[in-house]
Amino acid sequence: MGARKQIHLGVHFPGVNNTTVWTDPRSGSQIDFTSFEHLARRAEEAKLDFFFLAEGLRLREHKGQIHDLDVVGRPDTLPVLAALAAVTDRLGLAGTINTTFNEPWELARQFATLDILSGGRAAWNLVTSSDAFTGENFRRGGFLPHDERYERAAELVAVARKLWDSWDDDAVIAHAGSGQFVRPGSVHEVRHEGKHFQVRGEFTTPRGPQGHPVLFQAGDSSDGRDFAAATADVVFSAHSTFEAGQAFFTDVKGRLAAHGRRPEELLILPATTVVLGDSAQDAAERSREIRLQQVPGPTAIAFLEQVWGRDLTDHDPEGALPRIEPDVENLDITRGRVRHVKDPRSIAAAWRELADANGWSIRQLVIEVTSRGGFVGTATQVADAIDRHVQEDASDGFILVPHLTPGGLDDVLDQVVPLLQERGSFRTDYAGTTLRDHLGLTRPAPRATRSTSDRALVG
Amino acid sequence: MAFPVTPRQLHLGVDLSDAGAHPAAWRTHGSQAQRLFDAERLQHLVEVAQRGTLDLVVLDDSFSLQPSRSTTLRGRLDAALVAARLAPRSRGIGLVPTVATTHTEPFHVSKAIATIDHVSGGRAAWQVSWTDDEQDAAHVGRGPALTEAGAVAEAEEAVEVVTALWDSWEDDAEIRDQATHRFVDRARLHYVEHDGVHFAVKGPSITPRPPQGQPPIVVRVGSEASFGLAARHADVVRISATDRDEALDLRLRLRAAAAAAGREPGDLRVLVDAFVVIGPDRASARARLDLLTELEGVEWDTGSLTHVGTARDLAETFLDWSAVGAADGFVVRPASLHTDLDVLVDSVVPLLRDARAFRDRYAGPTLRDQLGLARPVNRYAAIA
Repeated sequence: MGARKQIHLGVHFPGVNNTTVWTDPRSGSQIDFTSFEHLARRAEEAKLDFFFLAEGLRLREHKGQIHDLDVVGRPDTLPVLAALAAVTDRLGLAGTINTTFNEPWELARQFATLDILSGGRAAWNLVTSSDAFTGENFRRGGFLPHDERYERAAELVAVARKLWDSWDDDAVIAHAGSGQFVRPGSVHEVRHEGKHFQVRGEFTTPRGPQGHPVLFQAGDSSDGRDFAAATADVVFSAHSTFEAGQAFFTDVKGRLAAHGRRPEELLILPATTVVLGDSAQDAAERSREIRLQQVPGPTAIAFLEQVWGRDLTDHDPEGALPRIEPDVENLDITRGRVRHVKDPRSIAAAWRELADANGWSIRQLVIEVTSRGGFVGTATQVADAIDRHVQEDASDGFILVPHLTPGGLDDVLDQVVPLLQERGSFRTDYAGTTLRDHLGLTRPAPRATRSTSDRALVG
Repeated sequence: MAFPVTPRQLHLGVDLSDAGAHPAAWRTHGSQAQRLFDAERLQHLVEVAQRGTLDLVVLDDSFSLQPSRSTTLRGRLDAALVAARLAPRSRGIGLVPTVATTHTEPFHVSKAIATIDHVSGGRAAWQVSWTDDEQDAAHVGRGPALTEAGAVAEAEEAVEVVTALWDSWEDDAEIRDQATHRFVDRARLHYVEHDGVHFAVKGPSITPRPPQGQPPIVVRVGSEASFGLAARHADVVRISATDRDEALDLRLRLRAAAAAAGREPGDLRVLVDAFVVIGPDRASARARLDLLTELEGVEWDTGSLTHVGTARDLAETFLDWSAVGAADGFVVRPASLHTDLDVLVDSVVPLLRDARAFRDRYAGPTLRDQLGLARPVNRYAAIA
């Protein structure tokens, strides 16, 4: 039998949606640095690949007001990751940064800085946004046509890579005698003339330990998958069930060859939740309790309002679904989150039927239809399932999403990870120092060993 | 006694940029120039500054490389991220990154500084900068550079947006009310609705109000335009002055302009940039500067207070300038960080403490505590 495929695992800091339960007495601050430090240190003790932090650029709104039922407020992604670099040594530090409201020069130097400050542990989950709602917080506004999102993102990555490659790896020699701080000819001027960006000059920041930070991509559309196949190192996927995971895995890995890439050059890591129990029944019980915490009555009503496009606060969440039809003219009732309601009337009809057939209240229905699966079982059952997903190519690992800040993954790290290590499917210690080392990704070659075609293009 | 019974309390910062303020500092023994970008080198410098209970460290930044006419040193890190990296393992000392407004959105600046304030438990400040440099403009490629006056005007508007966003959450906005399942009280979150000349920003911030309420605003004055910005908005003003009378005049004019803008002049901290080469005697300090000059081949032209001499003479200069009201303190710019910072902390600071003009322990956890500045009332709560 050959060596087992190695599992890659990240931890996701709890987000500002109703996966995160704040009503639990154990729920801590989503702002205090101690919360971030707790999760990062625990993940590093368990030898995980990385810590992941999402971003928001506008507080969500519902019915024209700030949505107040879920966790609201978060710190800025990159400074938190830079601070975590001071209290961890090996753990990868991944963050979502939207590309729409920044200049490539600025983003490239921020990620080069994070890579240097962390000794080669930076990763960038590159997302694009074109919505005018978020754009209202920025002078650039929502200027980007939707169909140009990936085009602009691709050009932005190309510019960032030119900037990261513009310093040779050994540029800093600090030779006091000759007075040469950088080796002559080792800092190359960048010239980029493109549709979205015109960038010229000598970059400020040396090449980081990883050459380029690890790039994550989360888009699920066909364009998004192609973009990932062309440019990303990791796909942050939503397909965590076994069958959907295999289908997604096969599809995305199949797109790599067209870009001259091998399957192991792009890792597929779905987000998932884990609920553990002493027995399968105990775990299922706990999972039900968590779902009830995640969907309190007001949250259930607010969720229905997104589909109905109407105020439904006069409905009892423990009662029957509304008989009134959705207002199809008012589908923007909730803004600042990714959810597209395509055909509200048929959804409403299907949900009524489902609720009637099962005797479900509004709240029970919402719990059922918003359930995103995840692993529920004993530590052994969960370890078996995670390992099976990876060994049978439904994923290359998982990004673990807790429901509690900051200790929601303590039990998984304490109980499940050791079982994966016993199976020989997960590292017992870090073999390298950089995130690329942990993920088995090669370091992008420096400029000197590449073709000079880009120079010819701009020359 | 040579000093008054209750001398004015000094505020001291240190500039941690590059290997020191002298362009040849990196070429001298012990500079660790190979480790210039190593976070642990900077962490050590902060520990030294913290041992001297200094108020703050300043981190310079720019979108362009150091100009070759001024130094052979090359390379910069993003100052805000460096400040964040230094926060978890330091205490008491303020962390002051330079962030320019010309090519960065005020919404981003606001949450970055707010986050450093959260991570450090209230020790962040923002040194506002701007650029009229054509090179910087070419890096971004959105048009020609602004004039200096235009860039400062835009920076001023950015300061207004950033500080409004810091107040866009009231301190007690997060209620976690179990009975109604509301996490925040949306009445205590505020749209800033800024619609100005350069920016339109809706708000509120995504980041709750920072621990200091308003992290201090630091402005370097080098022109009429920046003088006005400082008088209207700065908590800490950095000035350049080669002699005491020049500093006194500038400090008085700043206070008068602040008062004219409706501010309390006592809330301004005017710090003079002080370039230092400190040695056990004047001759050895002079010899060290001569070596640096020889390495670089040009005279050291600082444009501000420059001390080449002993720790005792430097302490006396600081006390003298402070006593006559020429300065509330100094931003020390060590010629060589690896040499002069230790001497500052171990030889100059004890003399200032002996003169009872400088703290021997931090006044509290926040930078506002060290600067003696009260935590501001929230502008939105005040009018509610």
